[in-house]
Amino acid sequence: MLEVHELRKSFAGFVAVGGISLTVATRQIAAVIGPNGAGKSTFFNLITGHIRPDGGRIVLDGRDITGVSPHRICRMGVGHSFQRANIFARLSVFENLQASLLAHRGRGRNFWSRSENLYRDETEALLAAIGLEGQADTVAGTLSYGNQKQLELGIALASEPALLLLDEPTAGMSATETHETMRLLQRIAEERGLTLIFTEHDMEVVFSIAEKIAVLHQGRLLAEGSPAEVRRDPEVRRVYLGEQR
Amino acid sequence: MSASFLFSQFMGGLTTAMFLFLIASGLSLVFGVMRIVNFAHGSFYMFGAYLAWQAMQWLHPSAERFWPAALFAALAVALLGALVERLLLRHLYGLDELYQLLLTYALVLILGDAAKFIWGTGQLSVSTPPLLAGSIKIFGTTQPLYNLFILLIGPVIAFGGWLTLNRTGPGRLVRAAAYDREMLDALGADVGTLYTGMFAVASFLAGLSGALVTPIESIVPGMDVLIIVQAFIVVVIGGMGSLWGTFWGSVIYGQVLSFGILVFPSFSLFSVYALMGVILIVRPWGLFGRPL
Amino acid sequence: MARRSSTLAGRIPWTLIVFLAACTVPWLGSRYDTFLAAQIAIDALFAVSLNLLLGTTGLVSFGHVAYFGVGAYVCGILMKTYGMPFAVAFPAAGIGAGAFALISGFFCVRLTKLYFAMLTLAFSQIAWAIAYKWNAVTGGDQGLPEIPYPNLDWMGSIPGLGDLSEGARFYLLTLVLVAVSLAVMRHIIRSPFGRMLTTIRDNPERAAFIGLNVRAYQLAAFVVAGAFAGLAGALYGIFSRGVFADYVFWSKSAEVIIMAILGGMNYFWGPPVGALALVWLNQEITDYTQYWPFVLGSLLLVLLFVFPGGIVGGLVAGFRLARRRLVGRDA
Repeated sequence: MLEVHELRKSFAGFVAVGGISLTVATRQIAAVIGPNGAGKSTFFNLITGHIRPDGGRIVLDGRDITGVSPHRICRMGVGHSFQRANIFARLSVFENLQASLLAHRGRGRNFWSRSENLYRDETEALLAAIGLEGQADTVAGTLSYGNQKQLELGIALASEPALLLLDEPTAGMSATETHETMRLLQRIAEERGLTLIFTEHDMEVVFSIAEKIAVLHQGRLLAEGSPAEVRRDPEVRRVYLGEQR
Repeated sequence: MSASFLFSQFMGGLTTAMFLFLIASGLSLVFGVMRIVNFAHGSFYMFGAYLAWQAMQWLHPSAERFWPAALFAALAVALLGALVERLLLRHLYGLDELYQLLLTYALVLILGDAAKFIWGTGQLSVSTPPLLAGSIKIFGTTQPLYNLFILLIGPVIAFGGWLTLNRTGPGRLVRAAAYDREMLDALGADVGTLYTGMFAVASFLAGLSGALVTPIESIVPGMDVLIIVQAFIVVVIGGMGSLWGTFWGSVIYGQVLSFGILVFPSFSLFSVYALMGVILIVRPWGLFGRPL
Repeated sequence: MARRSSTLAGRIPWTLIVFLAACTVPWLGSRYDTFLAAQIAIDALFAVSLNLLLGTTGLVSFGHVAYFGVGAYVCGILMKTYGMPFAVAFPAAGIGAGAFALISGFFCVRLTKLYFAMLTLAFSQIAWAIAYKWNAVTGGDQGLPEIPYPNLDWMGSIPGLGDLSEGARFYLLTLVLVAVSLAVMRHIIRSPFGRMLTTIRDNPERAAFIGLNVRAYQLAAFVVAGAFAGLAGALYGIFSRGVFADYVFWSKSAEVIIMAILGGMNYFWGPPVGALALVWLNQEITDYTQYWPFVLGSLLLVLLFVFPGGIVGGLVAGFRLARRRLVGRDA
């Protein structure tokens, strides 16, 4: 599904991503972990087109998407759930999802219909899938943090992605919420045949769900493989010995 | 077109540039650090001029009343600026920039009419201070001493500003605030006072510029709007937030104005906006600004 | 935007009432009243076109008057210099203004926030300078006086309108054209296209990542807004019997922004209410004092600090509060 070759990005001399090569198979659930500042968010932003790489290639399903603009990458089936809830604050939850569906189905050029009447059923379904039925009319900016993250996920799913990138989906959540969210993600990924790549700090979550783990450290790939392999890797143990969890 | 004529135009362009630099530097400073575009900056300039004139009326017609009058005007405008920041502007930080812009625009309207109310709608003028009343001949042209004085002041202030920003404690704070206000706050620096102070300094420069222009130009209603538009163009050319950018932007603008009029008589009106437009299209951050 | 309300207030067809009331002005009021009402209607259209950018897409344009001016000049030149009928000149004004918006907008939308605003201002002042100097086409600083009224004899055959003056007939035509334009804009804002614009307003980064080419949408909004501003300008040129360069001066851009915010930029009917309020206030105040800028500036201050939601915003908040008190729970 996704192949990354020697991806590089520096910001004013600071090497954020220094030559990462990675492969994620279709329908695989992969986790990208590493201490803060390891380059995980930059890595995601490079894949989704928000930042242009200085070097390297990104290949999605056989197509080279290096340097393609974000909206085109989204249309190719890549979804991105941001670390900080990135929603449409002044619209209601329902409108957030509806707008995302409208955009995905290419209705943005429609000048003549009433937007509130379109895709109501699909929006309801999506609402139910992410568990926010009761909040349909709440203004998104007033939601609790956890609910905003759920909405975040809903918006990403509305674009019917084949590949879903989740930047710290459980940041700031309690242990129970984290557990529920990851269960939800796993279920949705299976139902829709998604390929998932997520970053996480909670090692328990990572090791319980991920089929493949990539460890980043200071912009470089430290280790890559199944959870068992990564757990045994001496480099990883060295880097993480001080890590609190 | 003789050499002395060209030299005259050149000097005229430089003089215009230095006045503009004094005002535009304040505008650029406020934008660079506080991210505010202060439309009322031109109104501060106008008030500096009016207040200088007023102070001259109050003082004994002694030989050198111009200098205290100019200083008084600059200080009074600095105080006005500090009050505006503290009482009005402060409450709009964090809101959409549009509100801050509208606030400063409202001030333009209010201050403009206030000046008309206090000083009427006629032209006022101030005579050149006796100390600098003469002129000298350079390259076959007559250059008023006062203009030469202005040409000195510009670079002095530019250099002084650069020194302050780069070599003093408060200057470093200002530069830090331009990069990251929240971080500075977290480090315990009193960002509120810093902002008020900077706004006051910028207003001082505007008021000073207005006061110093009075021997050369008459004081009229509408001078606030005329100057602010030009200050904007200068800051765009040089790059918002860059002191040297503003300096060189002023110089370039002054020369374009001076020589452009020779090439096309109706040049000035169209060309300065075209220049601003071209810069914004091709290189929005100006000559010396930070790329967006 | 407001949903269909189930309350009594929501079911009264306010806009129809206002429209019909406006139609009665030539009979019930003086010529001057008709003049004012026409001004309000045209300003309302202009302000709503600006709000398509400001309130719906989140684009702050300081140069919207440029398109108003282009429309005024296109219509005026076609009708006066070339003797074309209104039916041709009016749409041409919209197309011309839209074309100028396409060209200038292409450059403007590449910039953000303040730089966007400044480039719109630059284009607007360039337009003004051209209008001021291009004597051959625009009449330069003399402008284009004596724009003819369109041929409205056909209105004489409509019962009740036979004995109206030309000016009054044009006023009614203006009302109809403004009403239709507003209806079209309302429809556009409520369409999926409009919905995409609000997502761009709220979060341009996210909007790109639901698959929207943000710049293309912003440009489209810019062109639509410019075209309708051009239509407003065309009407203004005829109604004022002349087109002059100072129609394109930036102070009118500031004025229309104030109208939008005064009325409330978060509501479709905010800008028209703001236009009504501002024109009326201007009338009243300038009767008493020459210090209208002072009053306007003070009004703006009050708005910014006390009623940022504008008149309509304040009314909506007031109604909600009143309803809650009456009904006793969240409405």
